[in-house]
This record gives sequence, structure tokens and C-alpha cells, in this order.
Amino acid sequence: MEIEGLERILREHSFFAGLGDAFLALVSGCARNVRFEAGHYLFHEGEPANEFYLLRHGRVALELHAPGRGPITFQTLGEGEIVGVSWLIPPYRWAYDARALTLVRAIGVDAACLRQKCEADHDLGYEMMKRVTSVLIQRLQTTRLQILDVYGTHG
Amino acid sequence: METSGTVVITLEGLESLIGLLKRRGYRVIGPTVRDQAIIYDEIAALAELPRGWTDEQQGGLYRLVPRDDDAVFGYAVGPHSWKKFLHPPTELLWTAERTEKGLRVTPAPLPDERFAFIGVRGCDLHAIAIQDRVLTHGGKIDPHYRARREALFIVAVNCAVAGATCFCVSMQTGPKATGAYDLALTELGREEDHRFVVEAGSEAGRVVLAELPHRAATEKDIAEAEAVVSATAANMGRSMRSDDLHELLLRNLNHPRWDEVAARCLTCGNCTMVCPTCFCTTVEDATDLAGHRISRSQRWDSCFTMDFSFIHGGSVRASPRSRYRQWMTHKLATWQDQFGTMGCVGCGRCITWCPVGIDITEEVAAIRDSEQH
Amino acid sequence: MADTDGTTDPMVPRLARIARRRRDGPQVWTLEIEAEDSAGAGFAPGQFNMLTAFGVGEVPISLSGDPAEPDRLVHTIRAVGPVSTALTRLGPGETVGLRGPFGVGWPMAELAGHDVLIVAGGLGLAPLRPVLYRLLAERARYGKVVLLYGTRSPQEILFRRQIESWRRRLDIDIEVTVDHALGDWHGHVGVVTTLIPRASFDPAHTIALVCGPEVMMRFAIAALRDAGLPDTALFLSMERNMKCAVGLCGHCQIGPVFACRDGPVFRFDRLRNVLAVKEI
Repeated sequence: MEIEGLERILREHSFFAGLGDAFLALVSGCARNVRFEAGHYLFHEGEPANEFYLLRHGRVALELHAPGRGPITFQTLGEGEIVGVSWLIPPYRWAYDARALTLVRAIGVDAACLRQKCEADHDLGYEMMKRVTSVLIQRLQTTRLQILDVYGTHG
Repeated sequence: METSGTVVITLEGLESLIGLLKRRGYRVIGPTVRDQAIIYDEIAALAELPRGWTDEQQGGLYRLVPRDDDAVFGYAVGPHSWKKFLHPPTELLWTAERTEKGLRVTPAPLPDERFAFIGVRGCDLHAIAIQDRVLTHGGKIDPHYRARREALFIVAVNCAVAGATCFCVSMQTGPKATGAYDLALTELGREEDHRFVVEAGSEAGRVVLAELPHRAATEKDIAEAEAVVSATAANMGRSMRSDDLHELLLRNLNHPRWDEVAARCLTCGNCTMVCPTCFCTTVEDATDLAGHRISRSQRWDSCFTMDFSFIHGGSVRASPRSRYRQWMTHKLATWQDQFGTMGCVGCGRCITWCPVGIDITEEVAAIRDSEQH
Repeated sequence: MADTDGTTDPMVPRLARIARRRRDGPQVWTLEIEAEDSAGAGFAPGQFNMLTAFGVGEVPISLSGDPAEPDRLVHTIRAVGPVSTALTRLGPGETVGLRGPFGVGWPMAELAGHDVLIVAGGLGLAPLRPVLYRLLAERARYGKVVLLYGTRSPQEILFRRQIESWRRRLDIDIEVTVDHALGDWHGHVGVVTTLIPRASFDPAHTIALVCGPEVMMRFAIAALRDAGLPDTALFLSMERNMKCAVGLCGHCQIGPVFACRDGPVFRFDRLRNVLAVKEI
């Protein structure tokens, strides 16, 4: 019952859109429901990437700390998006802090568990690789736009 | 005379024409030798015309040379075009004055000058028609231009000399004068048989012509005049296929040839200054030290400057490549979208007066040829 | 407009007075001006005026006020050059020169019966604000109305109070994102294009209006096309150097079109080919 519910949620999450039933079953074996109160951290910079999150509800800020400037948010994420993309490729370490801005409900996926299944079944591994890469490309492109500072005056 | 309308006048007739136009209140502008070039300026008599002179032209080269006869219109075109008078390099738009009661803006008065141009070539007639379209046929018009244009009297000349940079035949603008003129001359004979075949192209032209000493043209006169135009047409210094330019250039906006020409182009803007159709202007505000008297003037601008496309943050067309491309594609392609005509008349001035001899016909050919391979 | 018959010089400004001046962000001021000969001819959302700071010069500024109040000519100006800086320093009662309104605005008639998705970046919200006034005044004529607004930082959000009050309405979806934020900002962070896949609209019945820096518009249009909007449903407002605003000075050419006369608002399919070329 619990597992079936998770599989349904995963199937409906845009990160897993179009993933076959067999793979969904494999993924859901590594998944659990999680919840974070506003202000709580999903993970911190430098920690091992043990669990990533598929947001179902709420908003998460990705932050970097700069001495003297405090936390700088460089991106916020919401429903349907993935928090944490460093789990698939070594060194499996988070590169920023992820903080819940509101109450957050998500599916947490055990990264070591899923990596093992990806190694065992490269077809699953390739599916995960394509999905993670797509997110990375989008984030790279939007980061470029941020760097351009298009609203600046460039006097 | 009523039947064919074509008559013959002599050099004395041409002298009478200048005098008659002056008496009718026109500022008579014609070709004259100045600073080692044939330019257009106010003239009072036949003697001021460049009689016995011609011009040698090539890419980046112009030289005044004596002719071995006394032809009056025996040259091609010089650095000036008639836009200098109709659409002058600077034009006051308005003045404003600050008083205790506040600011008052006074529009610049419309010009009351009546110009008579003598010696307008086919290419330049078309150039005037093109500027008419740009400045007086859109939604909004330039009233200063229109005032001068409406008062204008045009004495055209059928070209007897094809310059080495001329390509009016390719652009279908010459060497025969076609379009809106009042009188059109073809210079025939020299020395003792020097004469001009004259056709009137307007009622104003017919009225003026009737007052000049003339005789009816014979078939021989007319045949000779036609031969002059045919010979000129056969001697064009340059040619440029013009029927496919719109598509050719717009599908080659990223062609490597633009880099090649940009490596030579100095972005000096000479081509835009000598071009008889280039119409772009900018505005300049001036004020006295106290800020009580303010004025705004319009002056010729060039798409070769960085300022031309400046928006906060920088210029849209920062590279010389993009600026040359803008100029040339505008002349030959997008002008057609904007105004329904070509923006080039084939006068060759941009080739002659380019300090590094960039040749618009050669650039088009290079792009076209690259597609053949 | 007295100059439609060609008797009046289109380059001569009328006089207008600053009625109100309000700061709307760092270096950004909103000036409300009243023409002295005050025949409030009205304007269409997306049109612009040419404003003269006497003795300094003239610049194009889009109208950012309510089209239902034609006598209040509202302009939102960022002080970036000598003329815009001079304009933003003028106080109530001072005189400016006014020409306009000019140009082709947003396709208001076409919006009726459609969902309207507005994507604005930075100061690009200013020429879209008249659209929002109109849409909200005639709310029943339109389907869903969505505003996606991105700017540099929370401090630079334009018309902030107004956005907050519109947000309280239930008949418009508003999402605001900033490129950079410190920890005290609880809204979205990320470029405005990231809001497009998250927004809910029916691509088959939506018209999108886009205004902002050109790079931002390029990427916004790519995201809207990815979301399934056809090119004929995308409209954008172009900024170019302008001296005359009536198609005579040649400055604002974008390939075959004049931004002043044929735009500033264009349907995307008309510019698709030229915008793909750098430095056009």
C-alpha cells in the first residue's frame, strides 16, 4: 500500500515523466515520503549526497554563504522540481545549501540505493543520467543569463 | 514644336535659360569647378559651368581632367548630390526661449527658397524620387524637404559620359533622364555646332522653353541625341545584377564576406555622405550659457558611426562588419521592404569616394559568386 | 494629432508640465506630465512618447500609465544617459517637451477571449502596465491573466505596491522572480524564463506579451515556444535608438522594419529571421 502510493506519486512527478513501470518500481524501492518545516535545511554544502528530493509541495531556496554577505539565494525551486543533482556522479557531495522556504513535502530518494541499481542496470542508469543532465543543462543556461545581469545598466 | 515638343537650343540658349530662371526667382544651382572637383553650387552664368572639364574616376580615386573639347556636361558625377540642397546637412527644427512667463517653442520657418537645378543626371533624378518617397510619402513628412521640393525646377541632362564607377544601366536609372523633370537636355556637337536637344517634361518646363530662342529638332538631331545615350549605356564602368538582390543579401547576412570587407572598411561614412539617397539624420540641441535660448537642429547622420545604434549599455551594431552590412543591405534589400524601391541608383559615388576603394558591385558579386561554388 | 495632414512639423514638441514625480526604484522615476494644450488624445498600451529635457535632448519613453486616464501621461524612466537623467531630475511644475504618442502597441483587440500571459523583465514592466490596467478594467473579456515578472533584485521590483495589491485579486496570477537575493527574500529566485514552464496556461488559447532586455526576450520566447505557443501568439516590444519617432531619421531600423513606425510591438514571426542575426 505504502509502496504503491509512492509509485503513483513518482509516476506523476515531472522528473520521472515517461519512466516505465519496471524502473518506477526499482526507484520506489529507494524512496520515502519526507517533510520539512519552513526554515529547515534539506541538506548543507559539503555534505555527502545521500538523499535527493522530488518536491511535491512548497518552495526550497538554494543558497551559498559568502562571508560578510550572509546566505545568497541563487535559485528557488518548487513543485515538480528536483532538489539535488550531485548524487549521480562522484564525488557525490552537495555544492550548496537547500533550505525550505515554506512547509515542504517531497519524496526523498536514497542516492546510494538508486546508484547501486543504476550500476546493476545501465538502462536505468541511462534514464537517470538523461533526466539529471537535462536539469543541469537548464540550470546552466539560466545561470548564464544571471551572470549576464541583463537588467543592469552596464554604464 | 507642339507636335513633338522637342527643340534645339544653342549655348546662348543655355545662357538664356540660366538668366531666365534667375529672373523668375530661382536660385540656380549647377555644376561648377571648385577645389579640383566638379561640385554643385549657385551659378549666375554659363561661364561658371565646367566647360571643357571631365572627371576620371576609379575606386578611391577622383581626378579633374581637361577635355579635348568644350563640352559643358562632359563629366559623370562629383562628390556632391542634390540632397545637399533639398535635404541639407544641417537644418534648424525649432528654437525655444525661456521667459518669466515660461518656455515658448517656435518652429523653424519653412524654407522659401526656390531652387532650379541644372544638369541633373538620370541617376540623380531617381535619387530625388527615392528621397521624395522616404521623406514625403510615409505617414509623417519632413515639411522642410517638401517645401523645397515643391518649388523645385529641374533641368536634367542625358548622360554623354559614363564614369568608370557608373552602373546606372544595371539599376535602370539612366543614362537617359527619366521621371520627373521640367526640361531634359542632350548635349550635341562641339565648338561651332554646339547645341542641346531639349525636351519639356512638365507644363512649367514648356512655359520656360517657349521663352528661349530655339528651333524645332530635326530627325537628325533626335537620332544624334539617342546615339549619345546609347553610347553612354554601352560604356558603363561597372555593372551589378539587381533583380535578385533582396533575397541574395538577406539569405547571406552571416556571410564571411562581411568580415572581409570590414577588414578594409574604415567606417568613415564617406559613402553615406556622397550617396544621393542616404537620408538618415540625428538631432542636436544647443543652448546659450544661461539656458534661456535653446534650439534643436537636424543633421546628416551615418549608420557607420557607433552612436547611430546606441541604446543604453552600448551600440546594437558595434562591429564594422555589422555597420557595413547594415548600409549595404539597406541600400539594396531592406529599402525595398520599407519604401518599395531600391535604395541605390548606380551613380558610383560610394565607390569613387571610398578612401579604400570598397566597391558595392564587387561586394555583391563576391557574395553571389560564392553561392555558385 | 495636428500633424496628420502634414502641415505641422512632426519634429516640433508641445509643452507639458510635470504634475507628479515618484521614485520607483534605484535610478528609476515615474513622471506624470500634463500637456499644456491638453487635448488628451489618448494612447494605446505599448505606445511611447518623445520627451525633451530642454537644452539637453530628447529620448523615447514608453507610456506606463492607465489608458483610461488619457490626460495623465505617465512615464517610467531610468536615469542612464544625460537626457533621461535630466528628465528624472525635473520637479513638479517644470516644463518638458512632448511629442507623441507614437508607434504600434500591444494587440489589445486580439487579446479578447484569450488567456493572456505577460512576461516582463526589469523596466520592461513599464510598457506592459497599461495592458494590465486595461485587462483588469475589462476583466470579463479575457480568459486567464498571468503576469510573470523578473528583475535583478527585490529592491528593484517596479511598481511594487501595485503588484502587491493586484496579487490580492483572485482573477490574476502573478509570479515575481529576482536574479539575486539575500536571505530575507522569500519569493522566487532565478531568471524569469524559469517561471514559464511552471506557469499554468493553455498554449492553444494563450497570447503572450513579452518586454524586457533583448537577451531576456530571446530566451523567454524560446521557453514560450517550448511550452507550445505558436510564433503568431508571441508579441514583443523592441528598443532601438530613435531620433524622430516617425520613420524619417533611419535610426531604429531592424532589418526591414522601423521600430518607431512598424513597432515597437511586433508579432514574433515578423522578426524571427532578423533576430536570429547578431548586430542586425
